[in-house]
Amino acid sequence: MALLEIRDVVKTFGDFTAVNHVSLAVEAGEFFTLLGPSGCGKTTLLRMLAGFEQPDSGEILLDGKNMAGVPPEKRPVHTVFQSYALFPHMTVAQNIAFPLKMAGVAAAEVPKRVDEVLEDVRLQQFARRYPHELSGGQRQRVAIARALVNRPRLLLLDEPLSALDAKLREQMQIELINLQKEVGITFVYVTHDQGEALALSHRIAVMSQGQVEQLDAPETIYSYPKSRFVADFIGQCNLLDATITDVQPGRMKVEIEGVGTAEALPVPGAQVGGKGTLTLRPEKIKLGASLPQGGVDEVHFKGRVHDCLYLGDVTIYIVELDNGTLVETMLPNSGSGKAKFFDDNDLVELAWRFDAGHFVLA
Amino acid sequence: MKSKSLAKWLISGPPLLYLVLFFAIPSLIMAFAAFRFPGDYGGLLPLTAANPDTGATELLINFGNWRDFLTLENFQRFFEEPIYFELFVKSFWYAGLTTVICIVLAYPLAWLIARSPKKTRDLLVLLVILPFWSNFLIRVYAWMIILGPQSYFSRSLNYLLGLVGIEPVSLLFSQFAVIVGLVYVHLPFMVLPLYANLEKHDMALLDAAQDLGANAWQRFWKVTWPLSLPGVWAGTALVFIPALGMFAIPDLLGGTNSMMIGNLIKQQYLDSRDWPFGSVLSIMLTLTVLLLAALAGWAGSRGKDKR
Ligand SMILES: Nc1ncnc2c1ncn2[C@@H]1O[C@H](COP(=O)(O)OP(=O)(O)OP(=O)(O)O)[C@@H](O)[C@H]1O
Ligand SMILES: [Mg+2]
Repeated sequence: MALLEIRDVVKTFGDFTAVNHVSLAVEAGEFFTLLGPSGCGKTTLLRMLAGFEQPDSGEILLDGKNMAGVPPEKRPVHTVFQSYALFPHMTVAQNIAFPLKMAGVAAAEVPKRVDEVLEDVRLQQFARRYPHELSGGQRQRVAIARALVNRPRLLLLDEPLSALDAKLREQMQIELINLQKEVGITFVYVTHDQGEALALSHRIAVMSQGQVEQLDAPETIYSYPKSRFVADFIGQCNLLDATITDVQPGRMKVEIEGVGTAEALPVPGAQVGGKGTLTLRPEKIKLGASLPQGGVDEVHFKGRVHDCLYLGDVTIYIVELDNGTLVETMLPNSGSGKAKFFDDNDLVELAWRFDAGHFVLA
Repeated sequence: MKSKSLAKWLISGPPLLYLVLFFAIPSLIMAFAAFRFPGDYGGLLPLTAANPDTGATELLINFGNWRDFLTLENFQRFFEEPIYFELFVKSFWYAGLTTVICIVLAYPLAWLIARSPKKTRDLLVLLVILPFWSNFLIRVYAWMIILGPQSYFSRSLNYLLGLVGIEPVSLLFSQFAVIVGLVYVHLPFMVLPLYANLEKHDMALLDAAQDLGANAWQRFWKVTWPLSLPGVWAGTALVFIPALGMFAIPDLLGGTNSMMIGNLIKQQYLDSRDWPFGSVLSIMLTLTVLLLAALAGWAGSRGKDKR
């Protein structure tokens, strides 16, 4: 049985539907992420899990128990708030001791438990500081420690890293992964940062307008997006409108608008004449001054460099195909001898394996 | 650099001058008066006199005769007669009770205002300060009518008491009336600082507390209350100190036994015209309040260290 089961949950504010028939299950020990653009209902869903909001319909089961009517303070669920919400009048140690005291843990045991979790987040020497005497990253760790100390069945994290700068965020991501492995508590993590979601999660539910668009492992979400929205939202992606012209077992042909004919992997439900989008990640496209022609499995086009975005380790090239379509590709800068391989207006050739792209039916 | 310090003096100069002229100097004069003798017809025994021959003002006091002009008798009187100490205790009790009642009444009100939508909030704050627009004495007189034996309030109350077999009570001219008046007059001074404090509270903290297992009672005592203490202290200072020195309300609403220290001071200055003793009472009152404030500050800082 799944640890957490969300069954057909709906939440409306007035006539606005914030969460629209969401069903999903989270397994014990999982690092589960709700990913989606701003306003898609992630926080609302999380607040229903914590008990601050009640679903209009549908149910939430934790360990098989229906949570309807159970107030937040009675749920074995703790939240790490985006603003941290540390108690300013308590020291770090007192903040962390708070949930233990509320749960009636024996006074003699509290300091030991606090010390343990402080060690987990490497903040032992800050126990006697007040929150305003800590850096953003340290506050974040206190918030996580405070939510973890009482070993909830479920830890909810609402964009916990969004207030940190890029470098610190990366460091905290690694810490979060390790911490989750160490304590083994199930995490439900909310973010609108796709990179973060891919890096951290066991599984991701991509949300859009109150609905779950796709629920899969990060690799699947990235490589086999189920919809144009998911492909576009996760990472960089070329979205090429195309029509299916031929379907064979293991192979199909598509006519890409403004580009030409290409082979692609068939998708369930593919039919001749079916319209859709060929999603093609920039890093899956080969780029060269001249590429060996005629690899059977390859799709081949010529073009010229329209724009370069030099990022240090890689360069992103926007290539204009002969017929004017722009395709985004990238090349690592290593092994070129120069800073980067190509400049604007260089003539180049593009190629990708027939199965590099992923066709999404409209 | 120089112009900066000049600007500083220009800005802080006038209020400073005002305070020196109308607060510091009078306080010193009063402190000095506490060591002098009352004059034959009240006031203070003069230290100077016009020379009958030349008409020039001359100092009467000198190193030989200063004992005829300066004395500790006034202080002695204060410490020897228990009635003054008792009056102090009673006044502190009234002011303390007023403060506590004000906190109890103002807290939910301030909380309600702070949690209302922005528009309602401004209106409610306006309603709290509205009584200031009418004269203080008129408002106290209104209480005389409300608490008077002929008022609907008194008559209904006594009717109800009669039903359960209790003797009718007279509300006006009692300690009860004094406390009612003190609370009524000072309530806004407790509501406003509390509101200003509560309004700034981060609601996420209450969510966090609840999420971490705190019930409503615990959320209040562990989060809201400690964070509101600065507001409580500000309100306490604004209520306790003025209430302590209040004389108009005991005069108008109180009976013979509900006199406060303020009444006694007023009596000394205006009725008995014993200015030296009035000064002693004022100084002792000021010193006691300062001592209490220092104690409170000390206890507060100690409590903080301990946490
Ligand atoms: N209490 C509320 N009353 C009315 N509308 C609300 C309320 N809470 C949320 N909404 C609306 O519901 C939608 C979803 O809000 P939610 O906070 O869940 O978004 P989110 O996915 O967390 O976005 P973000 O990434 O910006 O935090 C938003 O359009 C929001 O305006
Ligand atoms: Mg949100």
